[in-house]
Amino acid sequence: MSAPVPVSLLVNGEPIEALVLPRLNLADFLRESLKLTGTHVGCEHGVCGACTVRIDGEIVRSCLMLAVQAEGASVETIEGLSDSGEIADLQAAFRERNALQCGYCTPGMLITAQDLLKHLPVPDRQAIREHLSGNYCRCTGYQAIVDAVEATAKMRGERPA
Amino acid sequence: MKAAAFAYARATSVVNALELLAAHGDKAKILSGGQSLMPAMNLRLISPDILVDIGGLAELRGITVSAGVLIVGALTRHVDLLKSPEIALHAPLLRNAVTHVAHPAIRNRGTIGGSLAHADPASELPACVVALDAMIVVRGSSGERRIGATEFFKGIYETALSPDELLVAIEMPVAGKSSTFFFQEYARRHGDYAVVGLAARAVVAAGRFTDLRLGFFAVGDRPLLAAAAGRLINASVTSALLSEAATALADELDPQEDQQATAAMRRHLATVLLRRCVAALLARPELEAGVTK
Repeated sequence: MSAPVPVSLLVNGEPIEALVLPRLNLADFLRESLKLTGTHVGCEHGVCGACTVRIDGEIVRSCLMLAVQAEGASVETIEGLSDSGEIADLQAAFRERNALQCGYCTPGMLITAQDLLKHLPVPDRQAIREHLSGNYCRCTGYQAIVDAVEATAKMRGERPA
Repeated sequence: MKAAAFAYARATSVVNALELLAAHGDKAKILSGGQSLMPAMNLRLISPDILVDIGGLAELRGITVSAGVLIVGALTRHVDLLKSPEIALHAPLLRNAVTHVAHPAIRNRGTIGGSLAHADPASELPACVVALDAMIVVRGSSGERRIGATEFFKGIYETALSPDELLVAIEMPVAGKSSTFFFQEYARRHGDYAVVGLAARAVVAAGRFTDLRLGFFAVGDRPLLAAAAGRLINASVTSALLSEAATALADELDPQEDQQATAAMRRHLATVLLRRCVAALLARPELEAGVTK
């Protein structure tokens, strides 16, 4: 009964066909089957945000989604966002401000921060904190992360469109 | 942890989903957004034999207004409620409530039908549909039925849904121009489980409530429509009357003690929310004064 199910999806723009067990969550599928290990697995129940990815342009928890549910979806991981250069400035701001230490939360933080900046280009610090409130960082104390997101928003605002 | 093994069926229609439920009974679980089901499965709190995935059923998604009734499809996501002009106009209470539901990544997947069927006593949307006097539309092999929101919730994670029934929509009267709303909750951190919350709908005329529905959550095993509201309807609300209502409310509640709060703390916070709610809806800030007593 719990036989493998065929699934076809786009991952970072690349078509993928696979046979997956129903119980395999999307985070493990990305990490184990596709070796895209930038998506991290922390709490496995939707609290920590380390596994955040984009599905059809919107952020979701890949630990709370089955790989079979991604049928027909376009999945973007931190590798995709990084390789395309979409978040190069945000990554640079994180580096400059030491907005990461161990780095475990960083992929999820970057994807979530980029999501905020897409929806709200000039967020105040409160809005940044609120949007990132579903992403845990156990190293930085968050101040540097908020600084980096705020600095990126400012730089993007000053850049001619 | 990871979920235990299960079989998976992608429903192709509501009829197909009902056939699958009829075949598997309570061994099956419906998967919509998965934002409550997947954590419970990953934590091995539940291990269904089969998941019936209704996520692709477009017929269950969307918000429409017809003949004075706002109809919200079960698969409508929290983020859709947040962005919908119909919700902002006709049921702003839902919009206000959703901003308190978890975090953006969860709201992008979680559905209103899933939240109601899950029936967590600490969650926001069940209390909202109680306050809004909504009807829950469910379909089973023997047809469709409508269940009043106050009858729908039966206990912690328990509802009036039979194992072979599917929640398909929520129907609410559209808010008249005279309706006003209040939503507030106490949580340790924004997006966390509420310690105590209140979703309210009122009709105020000439400084009095002609209707007042107070849906409290995280104060018992299900959302509670507070009978204490009756004391404030068609009455001149004074500080003394409000104190009486607060005492009646505290007596009416049967909150649980957990790691977040004692029962006494929940009773106290519920009365604080009552005072704030009444003061806000009547635009009489002085009524909130009893808050710190």
